[in-house]
Amino acid sequence: MDVEGQIRIPAGCALAAVISKEGERFNGEAIIKAMKPMHHRSNGLGGGFAAYGIYPEYRDLFALHIFYDSEACRSACETYLRDHLEIVKGEIIPTRKIPTITDEPLIWRYFVTPLRSVLASRQLDEDEFLARIVMHINTFMDGTYVFSSGKNMGVFKAVGFPEDVGAFYRLEEYDAYAWTGHGRYPTNTPGWWGGAHPFALLDRTVVHNGEISSYDANRRYIEMFGYKCTLQTDTEVITYIADFLERKQGLSLDEVADVIAAPFWSTIERKSDEAEREKLSYLRKVFPSLLVTGPFSIILGFDGGLMALNDRLKLRSMVVGEKADRVFIASEEAAIRAMEPNAENIWAPRGGEPVIVRVKEGAY
Amino acid sequence: MIRRINASKIGHKEINERIRSDSGDVLLEGCLGQGFIGAGMNGLHIDIHGVPGNTLGGYLNGAQITVHGNAQDNVGDTMNDGKIVVHGNIGDAPGYAMRGGEIYVRGNAGYRAGIHMKEYRDKCPVMVIGGNAGSFLGEYQAGGIIIVLGLEKGDAPIVGNFPCTGMHGGKVFIRSDCADIEFSDTVHALPATAEDVKGIEPFLKEYCELFACDLGHIENSPFTIVVPNSKNPYQQMYVGN
Repeated sequence: MDVEGQIRIPAGCALAAVISKEGERFNGEAIIKAMKPMHHRSNGLGGGFAAYGIYPEYRDLFALHIFYDSEACRSACETYLRDHLEIVKGEIIPTRKIPTITDEPLIWRYFVTPLRSVLASRQLDEDEFLARIVMHINTFMDGTYVFSSGKNMGVFKAVGFPEDVGAFYRLEEYDAYAWTGHGRYPTNTPGWWGGAHPFALLDRTVVHNGEISSYDANRRYIEMFGYKCTLQTDTEVITYIADFLERKQGLSLDEVADVIAAPFWSTIERKSDEAEREKLSYLRKVFPSLLVTGPFSIILGFDGGLMALNDRLKLRSMVVGEKADRVFIASEEAAIRAMEPNAENIWAPRGGEPVIVRVKEGAY
Repeated sequence: MIRRINASKIGHKEINERIRSDSGDVLLEGCLGQGFIGAGMNGLHIDIHGVPGNTLGGYLNGAQITVHGNAQDNVGDTMNDGKIVVHGNIGDAPGYAMRGGEIYVRGNAGYRAGIHMKEYRDKCPVMVIGGNAGSFLGEYQAGGIIIVLGLEKGDAPIVGNFPCTGMHGGKVFIRSDCADIEFSDTVHALPATAEDVKGIEPFLKEYCELFACDLGHIENSPFTIVVPNSKNPYQQMYVGN
């Protein structure tokens, strides 16, 4: 079978997220519940979750989640890891055998920290060092795929319906202050474990519903900066764009939204605030190749928060609700009600209007 | 005799099968995201508690649907006849390609309300939005009447960006002088005359009855009427006069 990256089939998906602004941690049952009323938005070819705050005992170490096709792949990769990183702990990610999830690869996780001597000789900060290791493995080591690489967070994904994927990974055993979830209906690629959402690099994760038409323009640009889009899926490129703009270019999340879902020139011209007009024009002119066009709704997860964003034409649905310190985001209101029947202030953000929710400082 | 159906454990297909299995009105409780409720139905009233899923009342053919809360996307898709009443807000693309019947929403509508509504002879669909409407209101509208009342308080404009883009038939009424709203050159946006407003009064009255509002309050405001500039639709696109 052709896998991700070898074939392109000419997306519908389900998104959901929940975050505690107080940094309270809770298990994965809520986010799994959210996926159930949206079952028909996926077709069983991919489901996944990102969880933030789940490894507090290893909070200073990068947690690598890796799929291996074989033991040979694992031993080759572990040799590579040991050359660059100190592996504090390596273990199989616990899963539950269920009939709806089959053909699983070997699924391992490692808590690692860069070897200081190697880091010093490369003259890189540890984030960049780690990002390069992930890119190297995912580009050059066949049968090995790093699908999560942040600190105190993790991605869990598989081929299957999201509620089954949640049961498979025993998400009820993890406590997180923020969860995102995704049910996949792949339209461009065949559906493979690595191709399920969320896509992740370091602590940034993206779940996405849509079909971006700027994929190749975005990919060509981002690959100039050391990123390698190996999977032909548009979500991967959005993940790298977010990493590039925020981590490398130092943009704020609002500015990231203004780049990837930039307002129309006609809308910018009509802004009454001159500074705002100038800023929006500046961002459009500096990063024209990172404008993401075509329908999308995404939820970007990061250390301490979430950002929800729609394309500027709002060609996909997105609803936000609240209850006490919790904020809920989903493709459908029903998903929010499944998590919290009494959710309040249900509203739909406008196209290109980012919704940024942060955990209060010091609480994560 | 009203039939009660508990929707909390069943999917959209079974809900519709159970509604169709017998005659008489239905009270649907515990709805959570099941789509296509009432699709193509006629001759009954469906009362919905909970959140119905997308494409509520798609191809509706005469039935009446009441939702005691919010509805999601695509309400009344290609609806032919009947009435949908939503007591909360409504998602994107309500009344998509609607060709008959009426939709009343107490609150706000999302993007693309009334996209490609159409009319033919005595079939003239009507959608009344009590609050605000998102961008691309009446996109590619080919017929029918869309009324936006702007009764919700808040900072949001009564309609979002790019209203009536590609409109080539029908009418849009916006309860505002629309001083801040930019319309495309291919439509005329004019102050509605008393006679224009008189023409939509039956629908305003119906809205007031459904949601207990004061007609006098609604009518005591300027309305803007938007119609296509269809005498020569290309003139303004290509000639600078």
